[in-house]
Amino acid sequence: MPTVKNHRNNNSLLIKGGHLIDPAQNIDAPMDILLRDGTVVEVAFPNKTRGGADDKFDARGLIVAPGFIDLHVHLREPGQAYKETVATGTAAAAAGGFTSVCCMPNTNPVIDSAEWVAWLLHPDRGAVVNVFPVAAATLASRGATLTDFRALHRAGAVAVTDDGRPILDDKVMRDALRLSSDLNIPIVQHAEDTRVTEGCPMQEGPTSFRLGLRGSKASAEADIVDRDVQLAQASGGRLHVAHLSAGDSLKSVRRAKRAKARVTCEVTPHHFTLTDADMRDYDTRYKMNPPLRSGSDVQAIIAALADGIVDAIATDHAPHAAYEKNQEFERAPFGITGSETALGLAITRLHKDHAIPLTRIVELFTSGPARVFDLHNELHRRGTLAKGAHADVAIFDPKKRWTYDASKSLSKSHNSPFDGWHLTGKIIATIVSGKIVFQN
Amino acid sequence: MTTPARGSLLSIEHLSSKDIGTLLQLARRMKLERPRSLLRGKRVGLLFYETSTRTRASFEVAAKSLGAITTLIQASGSSIEKGESLVDTGATLHAIGMDILVVRHPNSGAPHLLAQHLDIPIINAGDGMHEHPSQALLDAYTILRHKKKIAGLQVAIVGDIFHSRVARSNIHLLSKLGAKMTLCGPPELLPELATTLAPGLNLVRHVEEAVRNADVVMLLRVQKERLDGLKVHIYDYVTRYQMTPARLKLAKRDAILMHPGPAIRGLELEGDLADGPQSVIREEVKNGVPVRMAILARAAGKGMVR
Repeated sequence: MPTVKNHRNNNSLLIKGGHLIDPAQNIDAPMDILLRDGTVVEVAFPNKTRGGADDKFDARGLIVAPGFIDLHVHLREPGQAYKETVATGTAAAAAGGFTSVCCMPNTNPVIDSAEWVAWLLHPDRGAVVNVFPVAAATLASRGATLTDFRALHRAGAVAVTDDGRPILDDKVMRDALRLSSDLNIPIVQHAEDTRVTEGCPMQEGPTSFRLGLRGSKASAEADIVDRDVQLAQASGGRLHVAHLSAGDSLKSVRRAKRAKARVTCEVTPHHFTLTDADMRDYDTRYKMNPPLRSGSDVQAIIAALADGIVDAIATDHAPHAAYEKNQEFERAPFGITGSETALGLAITRLHKDHAIPLTRIVELFTSGPARVFDLHNELHRRGTLAKGAHADVAIFDPKKRWTYDASKSLSKSHNSPFDGWHLTGKIIATIVSGKIVFQN
Repeated sequence: MTTPARGSLLSIEHLSSKDIGTLLQLARRMKLERPRSLLRGKRVGLLFYETSTRTRASFEVAAKSLGAITTLIQASGSSIEKGESLVDTGATLHAIGMDILVVRHPNSGAPHLLAQHLDIPIINAGDGMHEHPSQALLDAYTILRHKKKIAGLQVAIVGDIFHSRVARSNIHLLSKLGAKMTLCGPPELLPELATTLAPGLNLVRHVEEAVRNADVVMLLRVQKERLDGLKVHIYDYVTRYQMTPARLKLAKRDAILMHPGPAIRGLELEGDLADGPQSVIREEVKNGVPVRMAILARAAGKGMVR
């Protein structure tokens, strides 16, 4: 049979001359990688691959890493396609090196049934990268009746959450964690005591006082994390703390990890980069939930990113239409976009400013998040470039300086406080199942 | 998004002490009895999302005294009720031909938002708990009718500082002009954070301590519903913080008593004190007109001292 050489339909790709960082295999060395039929078939020293390839990618001077996994994005479908769609949200993810995104269920309607999970996964959605739905933990995320975890899991949901609407009721949370223990599904909690944060568009501090805005306290998060950790320990359930932002929340997570409880957590780039004092007066691009915290919270988070207490960097990519953000600060919705700036912020802020090694940063984007939602297991084989793994790759230049222009974002929305920021570290190519889906 | 148009007055915080001085000087040249036509042919929109008596009336009288045409737009009875956004309402008024917009809004920062989307001067007539710049300017103007200068004055500010836009504007203004301020109120209405607003602020919990040797005693409105919500007993507040003749005696003999209004007799101050010889409460209201004339003249780019 004649071999057809076609760039669009190639089924093998050799990534040559790059420096591989794959924390799951403990590799930090120059390596060539051969991808074929959507799988990694060879990882070899430079020029030592044995198989041939239809196409080659010259990765000289670049870092080759497993495709990044974002545990927390809002793709806004169904119901809010004017903010984002699966197609546009995953295109923005690809531009940020993410080959897998886990999307939140706070859509309209809420993703609380196997049918909606299947709808999200349908090829018609036009996803550019792998989508792993996180389904609702309670019906319509009302916090009262648990959803059918088993059916949701079978349909493809990797975890359950009521993101945006925390599960406050002790009994419901205990039941959810018990079920999570039986079925081995993580419960993702947006930890916020909404009984004390109502009407607070930002965190309490000199800035909130000066601007005449009601401020919430970091304890509104830390208290719920503390309760959840206790419930997780008592039930043996799997708890994942979403977008952890308060220094005090880390204390509970640290304690839980020491006690070998099944507790994990993620941190967003904006929470390790900005404080409440960085907010430009009433600039709604700085309004998100959890809110920007104080300098001491940011320091505690950076320390925890370095020392291993934090499992993953997740973006909480939360697109909103311009007209929604162009409102009175108290009325504007919470959330900022984040897929395209995550790596640049991590390298600029964590590697350059705080000397956190690149291998650790790659771990926080790959094997770390993969473990949180079991995406590293035999079924999924992601978060690593070991032989046999999915051919999902992120290739980046850790030294490349660039300026983020939100107006050129592949997301449908442009609500980023990092518009115009000078960053170091840029994605050069993103490969999903062996195919280049983004190239710079 | 653009930067605020020249002549906008969004806050005292971002005003220099030189600008404040210029505005006060200009206000002294504004006489209600001798109308000037600095704003002839100009259209001034009064966009009021909240009820108001003195601020609204005094901006309207000020604008008309300078020859402007005024239009009042209130939340009820306009498209605001139908759900039109603030930015869209602003753009609509701009399209109609407004030259200046005076805005009162329950949300902090609403005038900033308008100023970012419109290229006409925006004047903040009170936004949420943030600022009330024209009130602070008329208070300074009033103080200067009784005191030679503001630098070095002892000013006591008593009451609900947390919720008060008047307090924030006055603290910024008096601090820029060199007054020494003591803030006083219960923790629910005066958190420790308040001292971060400006350098050198004193915070005390006993009203006697705040008032002792003061040149100016400034009271702030206390809303009964707020006290209830915060579980501060009204009787406790009155007992501990109400201004009484005995307490006012602790201040300097020539101290003046101020209140931005509306003053609730029997709550922030003992009934008759508002009418007493040291009270300048009525005068504050009167002074609002020339000060707002100056603010509008500045917005129109006119009458500034060179």
